[in-house]
This record gives sequence, structure tokens and C-alpha cells, in this order.
Amino acid sequence: MASGNVLHVLYNDDDVLMKAVKEIRSNKYRINEAYTPFPVHGLDKAMGLPHTRLAICSFIYGLIGLSVATLMMNFIMIEDWPRNIGGKPSFSYLQNMPAFVPIMFELTVFFAAHLMVITFYLRSKIWPFKKAENPDPRTTDDHFLLEVDTAGHDLDALSKFLYETGASEISLIHNEEHA
Amino acid sequence: MSSHYEAPIREPLILGEKSYHDISVDVGAPILGKANKSWWIVFSIALVAFLWGLGCIVYTVSTGIGVWGLNKTIGWAWDITNFVWWVGIGHAGTLISAVLLLFRQKWRMAINRSAEAMTIFAVVQAGLFPIIHMGRPWLAYWVLPIPNQFGSLWVNFNSPLLWDVFAISTYLSVSLVFWWTGLLPDFAMIRDRTKSPFQQKIYGILSFGWSGRAKDWQRFEEVSLVLAGLATPLVLSVHTIVSFDFATSVVPGWHSTIFPPYFVAGAIFSGFAMVQTLLLVMRKVVSLENYITIVHIEFMNKVILLTGGIVTVAYLTEYFIGWYSGVPYENYTYLSFGAATGPYWWAFWALIICNLIVPLTLWVKKWRRNILWTFIVALIINIGMWFERFDIIVICLSKDRLASTWSMFSPTFVDIGVFVGTIGFFFVLFLLYARTFPVIAQAEVKSILKSSGERYKRIRESGEDLAGTATDQRTSNYATRPQSLGVASNSDATHHQSTVNADALVDTEAKKAEIDMMLANIGTYDPATQTADDLKKISGVGPVLEQKLHQLGIYTYDQVSKMTKKEYDLLDELIDGFPGRAERDDWAGQAQNLKN
Repeated sequence: MASGNVLHVLYNDDDVLMKAVKEIRSNKYRINEAYTPFPVHGLDKAMGLPHTRLAICSFIYGLIGLSVATLMMNFIMIEDWPRNIGGKPSFSYLQNMPAFVPIMFELTVFFAAHLMVITFYLRSKIWPFKKAENPDPRTTDDHFLLEVDTAGHDLDALSKFLYETGASEISLIHNEEHA
Repeated sequence: MSSHYEAPIREPLILGEKSYHDISVDVGAPILGKANKSWWIVFSIALVAFLWGLGCIVYTVSTGIGVWGLNKTIGWAWDITNFVWWVGIGHAGTLISAVLLLFRQKWRMAINRSAEAMTIFAVVQAGLFPIIHMGRPWLAYWVLPIPNQFGSLWVNFNSPLLWDVFAISTYLSVSLVFWWTGLLPDFAMIRDRTKSPFQQKIYGILSFGWSGRAKDWQRFEEVSLVLAGLATPLVLSVHTIVSFDFATSVVPGWHSTIFPPYFVAGAIFSGFAMVQTLLLVMRKVVSLENYITIVHIEFMNKVILLTGGIVTVAYLTEYFIGWYSGVPYENYTYLSFGAATGPYWWAFWALIICNLIVPLTLWVKKWRRNILWTFIVALIINIGMWFERFDIIVICLSKDRLASTWSMFSPTFVDIGVFVGTIGFFFVLFLLYARTFPVIAQAEVKSILKSSGERYKRIRESGEDLAGTATDQRTSNYATRPQSLGVASNSDATHHQSTVNADALVDTEAKKAEIDMMLANIGTYDPATQTADDLKKISGVGPVLEQKLHQLGIYTYDQVSKMTKKEYDLLDELIDGFPGRAERDDWAGQAQNLKN
């Protein structure tokens, strides 16, 4: 995504960061990425990130879980080996269904929760033995880092502008592949 | 800024002059420091109890469950009592993190991590009992609907016991995933703070390489919200299904339609009591009083009051309906005149006093804000809720429909040993957790610091802008690190600070100039007007180190409190055996406290 050199701009206050993001974007500079120690509310909107569709995924996974539960219990209890248990109707899934509601519910939740979290991990590329990619260790403590694209901009003017937005530190990062 | 607004009438949830960096330091401290003696003592006791329980479990499995005190009349006793008790305790964590998230209760953030840990550890204990009770635990997989060699012998999906299998395993696994996902940013914080390569490696793996991108956080928040939405009905379903184990039977006292809501309320009641028990001790031991405040304790006590009230209404209903039905069998259920005056009168009254009467004291504001009384009440509720399950199971079974089979239950040492063992196992897990996991969801707490922190409330009320107030001297001085030390030493080569006597530590003029720069930043000590403070009171400073600090001209808390990363680095260079200490132990913060 990053083409050429970028500036790593550090802020040490979330309110200053939010204002800076708005100013940077309204001045037509490009923010490649932001690293923050905690969820800064409204940052995704200010950066223009699209909505996440994980909730929709979760709904679909839930429907899959419900179907799996229904098909499984229909096969086991009705088709493969119907038994008379306490006189419950073993010949019809629909009539025996009240007894199956707890499992239908549990499997819906099971599928919706676990598959959504797995999707989240894969989409955000986080898993065991993954190397962390935050450029400065302070971004998990109390610093906020913006990666600003320098392509086609005058570096001095850009840094001056960024310092005016309240940045506490700025460093130029050369990207090897494009340098 | 208006987005951080919170009504001034709300009491602050984070006390003291905390910055974002302070939260990292305070949450990281128990992990990055060393365990103290009391931790080792409690851990050893828990470990012994666990090993004793393990012995009893091995004895049970190798001999058979005949070693328990069960008899022909009472075929279910301590095992299922303990199972329900532990599952109940395991309800508070998900309630706090899920239900309170949906209700946007900010106070949940300081306690949800530990409450969820407690939930998971409690459900692990609960799961042990049905598995042991199977007699042949190596065949536990038979409860799963898998094709097998016995023709088409499937599990029975009409049975509440099988519903339990699905409910508890879903609950355990979803809680675990919920907990771990919330832990990722906090593991990442520890990973980036620690100086030890081993810890960096371990916490790097545990944090799944969390980097905190804006998109990650957006997904993180969405996932938390959806998981909360899923976990809320899940947590209610689990104890509902546990109550079905009893409610779908035809035993008088068990066959009761109010069991599901009443069991859920009872579970939250006992769960919060256990959270109080653990957190009141933990906040003290790992010095988190500024995060788990009296306000948190009072809020939890209010939840205890509410759920305790629901339980009380259920008890009275059961008692009244049992009497009103006029059915003689109902006179021997666990809430009846027969139970109150019969051979199990002590169990009946233990239930009434512990769950119904003692919690009433929490209606008094002064008492529910009293830490010692809260702790005592929490312990009493833990005991009372164990008796509730004991009463439901043993009293109801002890007098069945045939008077000739009436019987009493007395536990054997194995019953007791297994129960004590699970308590030991629970505390072993919790103590290990408290030493190695960030016990407070620091990322979430940081996100409410500006709205609910005491310091920011004060700034806001004084009418100042919150923007820029998060700057912390200790982390923001990298850029201003002096680049021109040579110049400084040239201009002032012979006149170093007179309080410095560092010839033993320093050999070059440049170094001496650096010390002067440091003292210019943190202030010099004037023996004529000031008195030296006892620097040994700062954790990490011993007599030897104090002497070395004196040689460098550092004598007062005031000086230490102004130290930043820059000063620490210099000390690291100058003093042998010092590296990383001051920053890890947060000398500046400690000195700030000692100063006041």
C-alpha cells in the first residue's frame, strides 16, 4: 500500500490526534495507517475507513449453526434411529422440536461467535507467532502514530504543517523497495 | 472536548493523577516485578489443596464412586452440588463483560478481565464433576454425537443432561475466546514494555502480533459488541439449562417452573459475591485501589442486592406454593416447614440466613461502601449459595415418597477432598493468572480515562480544554534529548554541581556534564535549606543504590519524581547492575506518591 517514503508522525494525546487527522485529510495529505494504544472513538470515521462487515458475517455463521443443529438432530433422532423417550414424538422433527430448542440455540451461538472471531483474526492478520508491526513500542502505551504518505509533497512544508497539527515527533521512513 | 463529557455528579472511576502512561505502568507492574512472599504462601496452600483433591479424584476413579457418601436414596449429592455452585460462580464474568457492555456501564472495564478469568476457571472446576461422576472419565467423549461401534447408538437430544454438555462447552469456549480477544492489546502492551527478551517472546506470541491499527480497533470493537450480544442470551441459557436438570424431573421440590429465572439470578448473585471476594484481595495485593475503587464495589453490591432480592422472592414463592398446595410430599422439599424443623434444619437456616438476611444489610449505603463488611458478606453469600444447592439436592432427595427409604447423607473424606481440591485448583489458576496476565483491561480503561478519570474531571470542571493534557513527561522526552552535550561541558568544564561527588562512578568530563544536565532538569539539592528524603522507601532502591544516588547529587523525592526516560537512561549508564530498574518500578511515580 505504501508507495515510497512515509513519515511516522507521533502524537501523545487522542484529542490532538483526532483534530490532526481531520486537518491532514482536509489538506489532501494521505494517511496510510494509524496505530493507537486504545480504541479512539470516531477515528475510523475521521480517517474515512469503510464499515466493517463482521456483524453480517456473524449473522450468516449463526444461520449456518442453526442449520447444522437442525440437520444433525433430524438425522440422529428422527431418521437414523428413532426411539420412544418418555413418549415424545420421535417420528416428526417439528413435533419433537421443543426438546431440541436448547441445542439449536447453543449451536447457533457457537458457530456465530467462533467463526466471527476466526474471521476477525484472519482479516486483521493476527495469530500466534505473528510478528507485531507497530513501528514504535510506545503506540501500545500512550502514543498515537500516523503514517503519512510523502509521495509528491515537499517534505519540509509537510513536516512543518504536521508539527503545527500538534505532532510531538516526526521521523522519515525510507521504504526499501521503492527507494 | 465534548466527546469526553460525563456529568460531574458521576463519581470518578479512576482515582489519582493518572495519565495513559500511568495505567500501563500500574497494570504492568505485577507482571514485570517479582512475586512477594504472601503470593508464594497463598499459592503453596492452594497447590497443596489441589494436589490433595487430585489424590481424591484418582482414588475415586480407580476404586469407583462407591467411595463417596452416596446411598440408595441420595444418589446425587456433593458432586452435583459443587457442579452447580461452580457453574453459578462462573456467571458473573460474562455478565459483567457482556450485559454491562450492552448497557454501556463504564465501571465494568476495571473488573471485567478478572471476572472473566474467574468465570473460565470456575467453569473448568464445574466441568470436572460430571466427568468424574461418569466413573470412567476416559469415555467422556461418549457424550458427543459421534458415530460409534454400537450400531447407531446416538446420544439423546431430549435429555437436559445432554443440553448441559452443549451449553457448558459453548459457554466455556465462547467465554475463553471473548476473554482472549480482549487480552490481545494488553498482552501487546506488556510485550512492548518489558525489557526481558524472554517475556518479549512469550507476550509476543500471546498477543498474536497485535499492532493496534485503526482498522483492527474498528473490528475489535465490532467483535466485542457482537460477542456481547451473543454472550448475553448464552449466559442466561446456561443456568437455565442447568436448572432443567432438576426442573424436568418429577421429584417434589425440583419440579418447579420458576427454577430457570431463579437459578440465573442465584448464579449472578453468587458470581458477584465471588468477584468481590477475589477483587477485594487482589486490588490490595497488586495495588490497584485507584482502578477498582469503592464506587466499583458499591455498584457490585447493588447487583448483589438486586439478584439477592430476586432469589428471596423465589424462596418465598416456593415456600408459599409448597404450603398452599396442601400436598404432603411438598412438606419435605427444601423450602418448607418440614425442612425448617426436620433433621436438615441447620442446612435450611444456613440458606435463609446467608442468602436472605445477611445481604439485606447492603441496603444501608454506609455498609455497602465498607470494604471489610462487603468482604464478609461476600464470603457468607458464597457459603449460602453452596447450601442452596445442597438443600435443593440433598433435602429434596432425603425424604422421598416411601418413608422406609428416608435417609441422610454424610460425605466421606473423598467427597470433601474433591471439593477442597477444586477450590485449590481454582486458586492455583487465579494466582498464576494474577502474576502473568494484565489483570485490568488497560486499553479499555484508557479509553474512559478522559471521561471518568478524577484528574480529567477536575480539568474539565475548571473549564480548560482536555486536548493535549495526556502528554506525559516520562514518555515524550525522546525528541528533546540534548544532542549538544559537548558544548555544555566546554562552557562549564570546571564548575560542576557541588552536591555531586561522583568520581567513583564517572571518569570523563562529558559524563559529568551529563549529570549536570540531569540535575538542571530535576533540580539540585541544597543541604542548607532542604533535608534529604529516605530514598530506600522507593521500591527497588536499597542502601547501596541510595548511596550511589547520593553520589550523583540525588537526595530528595522531589528530584526523583521529575525523572524521565532520559534520566533513567543516564543512570543505567552510570550505575552497574541498574539497567531497566527505575523505569520498570516507576520511580518517578512512586516518588510523587511519597512526596505527598
